[in-house]
Amino acid sequence: MPIDIDIAHVARLARLDLSDAELEQYRAQLGDILEHAARVQGLEGDPSTESEHPLGFVNVYREDEVRPSLDRDEVLAQAPESMDGYFVVPPALESE
Amino acid sequence: MTAYEPVIGIEVHVELATESKMFCGCAVGFGAEPNTNICPTCLGLPGALPVTNRQAIEWIMAIGMALNCEVSERSVFHRKNYFYADLPKNYQVSQYDIPVCHDGFLDVTVDGETTRVGIERAHMEEDTGKSTHVGEGGRIHSAESTLLDFNRSGVPLVEIVSKPDIRSAAESRAYAQELRALVAELGVSDARLEEGSIRFDANVSIRPEGIEAFGTKVEIKNMNSFRSLERAVDYEIKRQVEVVSDGGEVVQETRHWDEEGDVTHSMRTKEGSSDYRYFTEPDLVPMVMGDVWVEEVRSTLPELPAQRLERYVEAGLDSDSASVLSAAPAKLRGVFDEAAVAGADPRAAANWLTGEVTAWLRRTETEAPDLPLAGADLAELVGIVADGVVSASAAKDVLDGMLSGEGGARQVAEARDLVQISDTKALEAAVDEVLAANPDAIETYQGGEQKVVGFLVGQVMRATQGKADPKLVNQLLREKLSG
Repeated sequence: MPIDIDIAHVARLARLDLSDAELEQYRAQLGDILEHAARVQGLEGDPSTESEHPLGFVNVYREDEVRPSLDRDEVLAQAPESMDGYFVVPPALESE
Repeated sequence: MTAYEPVIGIEVHVELATESKMFCGCAVGFGAEPNTNICPTCLGLPGALPVTNRQAIEWIMAIGMALNCEVSERSVFHRKNYFYADLPKNYQVSQYDIPVCHDGFLDVTVDGETTRVGIERAHMEEDTGKSTHVGEGGRIHSAESTLLDFNRSGVPLVEIVSKPDIRSAAESRAYAQELRALVAELGVSDARLEEGSIRFDANVSIRPEGIEAFGTKVEIKNMNSFRSLERAVDYEIKRQVEVVSDGGEVVQETRHWDEEGDVTHSMRTKEGSSDYRYFTEPDLVPMVMGDVWVEEVRSTLPELPAQRLERYVEAGLDSDSASVLSAAPAKLRGVFDEAAVAGADPRAAANWLTGEVTAWLRRTETEAPDLPLAGADLAELVGIVADGVVSASAAKDVLDGMLSGEGGARQVAEARDLVQISDTKALEAAVDEVLAANPDAIETYQGGEQKVVGFLVGQVMRATQGKADPKLVNQLLREKLSG
C-alpha cells in the first residue's frame, strides 16, 4: 500500500512551488517510492555495513596539502552578480 | 515561591587549523581577500568530488581523546539539508548517528567546586561561507542584498556537544574556557574567539528544584566571548524563571543574544527549518579508525591541562598556584620545569613566574616565548633568597637585572650591591647604634610592648640601606633587649 505523505511540507522544504495537480501527482509517485523503500528495509542483512555505502571500500583520505584555488575574477565573472570580490545574492532573510 | 534549577548544555564549534580545507585543497586562513580560497568542491559546483583531509580526522580524534571520549570504530558522513545563501550545495557535510567521538567528560571548576560535564559527542563537519548583509544600516532585517565570501566554506569544523550537566552561567563560562584551553593546548585550532575560530551555542531550560524531568529548552546563539556567553545564559535563566513565575510557559525557540541590549531576542524561525533530512553522504566513503591508528594518534597527545595540574599539585604547589601556572604560557611552564630540575623550591619558582616574571612581561610588552630567563637562572635566584643572600624585596631588583641581561642571580646581586649583610659582627654595630639612639623604645619593650621590635628592625634596615638580613637583625635586637 502506498505510504501517505505530507507532500506540501516536502515541497516547502525543497523550495518547490507546485500546482495542486503537481502536488497530487508527486504525492502518489513519492508514496510508491517510500513503499518500495519500506520493503527494502524489511530485507535480511546488517544495514550498518554492506548496504551503508554503494562503494565497497573505506578510509579514502587526502594529505593536508594546499593546492591552487581558482582565479577569483574568472569565477565571479560567471556569477549573476558580484561586487568588490564578493558574490551578490538577494537578501538572505526577507524584510519584515 | 518555587525555586528553579537551570539545566544547560553547550555546543562548541571549533575550526581546525589545518593547512587545507576539509574536503579540498584550498588554503585555510583568516583574513584572506574574499573568495580567493575557493574551488569547485567548496563552491558546490556540480560534479566536484570531496576527499577527506586525514589531518582533520586525526585532530578530531585527538580532541575526543582529550575529552575522555570513545573513538568510534567506524564513522560516516551525512548530508544535512537546508537552504541558506552561505551554503552553496544546499547541504552541509556533517555527521548524524555515528560521530567520530562520543561519550566523554570534562571537569570544570568554579569557586573551588568541581563539576564533571559529560560530553555527548564530537563530530566532524564543514564550515559555511560568510555572508554580509548590506543595505539600510547593515541590519539583517532590512538588508537589500547579501554579499558572500566562500573562503570559509569547507573549513574543517568540529562540533562538541555537552550533556545537559551544567547548572549555572558561571559554569557555562568555565566549561567554555576549559574547552578552549584544551584545543589550544592540543594545537589543533587557533582558538581565537574574536576571529570566530571557536563559537558557542547554549541550550537553556529550567525545572523546579527536585524534579527530574527537563523543562522546555531554548537555544541561544551569537555569543562571541566568554563574557557574553555567561551574561546570555544568566539573562536567559532569569527570563525563563520570570515567564514561569508569571504563570506562563517557555516556548521552544532559538534566541539571539544582543550584546548591546544585554538581552536575548526571539529569532524568527522558518517553518520546517529543523527538518534536515539527513542521509549518508554518497560521495565520501566510511571511515574505519582501527586500534593501530587510534593508538598512533594517542601517542601524539601533549600533556593536557588536567594532567599538568595534577603533576603540579604533586610537586607541592597549592591548587591555586597550580591552576594559574597550568594556564600560563608554555615558555613559563618550561622555565618552571627546568628550575625544578635544577633544584629550585617549586612553590617559590611558581610564585616568581606567575608574579614578578609575568608582570615584567606585561610591563615591557615582551611576548612570553621571548622571555630571556633560563630555568637554572631562576633556580639560582630562588636559592639565594632561601639562603638569605638577598632579601625578598631586593630579589625583585635582582630579577630585573637578570631579565635586563646583566647576568646570573649572584652576579646581579653583587653588581647592584644587593647582597644582605649576614655577618653578625657587622650588624651588631648598626644594632647598637640604633638602640643607643632610641632609649624610649627599650623602655617600651621592657614594659611588655614587644611590637616595638618591628620599629627597631626598620631603623636598622634604614641605617644599612636595606642591606641587612631582617631575620638576623630581629634576632640580634631581641637578644640585646632581653639581655
